[in-house]
Amino acid sequence: MNLDAIAAIATEYPERQSAILPALRLAQEEHGGWLPPEAIREVADALDLAPAQVEAVASFYDMLHLAPVGKHMVEVCTNLSCALVGAQQVLQAFEEQLGVAPGETSEDGRFTLRAIECAGGCGRAVVVVVDERYREPVRPEDVPGIVEELKRGD
Amino acid sequence: MAIRELTLAHAGERDLSKLAEYQAIGGYKALAKARKMKPEAVVEQLLASNLRGRGGAGFPMGRKASFLAKGTGKPTYLCVNADESEPGTFKDREIMLLNPHRLIEGCLVTAHAIESQNVFIYLRGEYLDVFEVMRRALEDARKAGLMGDVTIVLHRGAGAYICGEESALLESLEGKRGQPRPRPPFPAVSGLYGSPTLINNVQTIATVPVIVEKGGEWYAKIGPEPSPGTVVFSLSGNVERPGNYELLLGSGLRELIYDLGGGIPDGRELKAIIPGGSSTTVMTPDQLDTDLDFNSVAEAGSQLGAAAVIVIDDRACMVQLALRSTQFYMHESCGKCTPCREGTRWMVQLLQKLEDGRAEQSELDLLLSVCDRVLGKCLCALGDFAAGPVVEYVRNFRDEFQRHIDEGGCPFGGESSLEGTFAPVDQHTHAPVAEVPA
Repeated sequence: MNLDAIAAIATEYPERQSAILPALRLAQEEHGGWLPPEAIREVADALDLAPAQVEAVASFYDMLHLAPVGKHMVEVCTNLSCALVGAQQVLQAFEEQLGVAPGETSEDGRFTLRAIECAGGCGRAVVVVVDERYREPVRPEDVPGIVEELKRGD
Repeated sequence: MAIRELTLAHAGERDLSKLAEYQAIGGYKALAKARKMKPEAVVEQLLASNLRGRGGAGFPMGRKASFLAKGTGKPTYLCVNADESEPGTFKDREIMLLNPHRLIEGCLVTAHAIESQNVFIYLRGEYLDVFEVMRRALEDARKAGLMGDVTIVLHRGAGAYICGEESALLESLEGKRGQPRPRPPFPAVSGLYGSPTLINNVQTIATVPVIVEKGGEWYAKIGPEPSPGTVVFSLSGNVERPGNYELLLGSGLRELIYDLGGGIPDGRELKAIIPGGSSTTVMTPDQLDTDLDFNSVAEAGSQLGAAAVIVIDDRACMVQLALRSTQFYMHESCGKCTPCREGTRWMVQLLQKLEDGRAEQSELDLLLSVCDRVLGKCLCALGDFAAGPVVEYVRNFRDEFQRHIDEGGCPFGGESSLEGTFAPVDQHTHAPVAEVPA
């Protein structure tokens, strides 16, 4: 765990508690995309805070994961603007291509598929977010190519 | 209808994310001008401009700035609300991606006006591309010596709609769960770390430079008097040319959808319009001649909100639409206030029963009764954002709701554009929920 990086983040704020969120994001990157209990403890130790205080924050936010996730995170927005132009069909195409239901991780640990709320790309719907990068717009017929690209890159 | 670009001026022709390009169009001249003015003189210009906040509530920005407590012995903070998450809204992302220095200049001018040395930009956690652009622009501005004695911290959220609510934003920035605070005290008196704090939306702050450059009186004269200036309208849904359009306030809804947006694709009929993001109440095609400014949309019974116009064609089942929208608010309820936490869940259960054709007649009344018990009974507006629109979906499309009961199922028979849409509420919620019998 990069304690120096967390210490550097903490200096940007008048109170070190403010560094919890950025520190958790950093810890998540270093722990393979999720926050195991030891990551919570490390952040708490680095900021001299109680682990419970850090976990209270970690359990609130949608982008922080308290259970293991796949190597690749594939997220499909299914809020109104995307849903009106076929988000469910895009989500189903990913379900078929990846062999997992939304909210699940493939058995080989390579892919987690999630439906997400409005990602802020409504003008280029359907929005798909792959490993934090927006792909927009995505049509169902684009899905096999995206999955192929991710598999090839591994 | 004229496209009038202020916050996105020249963004189509030049790469304004580069400092030199931004300076070539007169960038940072307003900052130089402001720094020669007394802080209170800058606030006077903001007051004279009658600029209303672009984040959704439409509160006059100059007045908000003038409320800040003085002589407290504590630092004054400026927080920019860049946690854009209202469904249908994508204007702040585009402003920051295309014109990051306009926001930075706005931050520095505003910081001067309120005598603040500490600015925090609370950036939506999902906006990685924006984070990279803003970080680079901030670094360039620092290297060019533009920051003066001000520090700007780019603080990334981590996925929570509620953090766009100003007091939840402050909680989150302080390193806590993003749950709204009771008010009073208001942030102008006791905000971030208990200090006087001004919180404004990205577009509001990005508009400040042009007000200083050309004067508050000049700004007050463009657009209709009660709500002058431009707004970046986010147009989405069933429309031929979705996208962001920066227009004068008071532009016509019909012109936005049909002239700029190219109308409804595939020869379909317009069925409904959500004018300001999914928290605002639905409008119907007979209201197409409404002008898009704060007062005119309010007179039409809705809200301009975040100026996110969602166009809905006749393929959409309005029960499914109300359900999917309410699932969002259930997902995003922080769990602090019982009416919102339990009410949104109850509304989702009732709407699902309606959609499935399992609802009794009395349950349609029960749905409206639940909405009534949420409205105005929570610390923040999220409960209202969930319940208010549902009341209007039922009122405007009562026959369609009724048919679900009478026919024992969805009259669209599986052909609705929203059929079977999966919602994230089944994966994660911000508030822990225990299962109880429906």
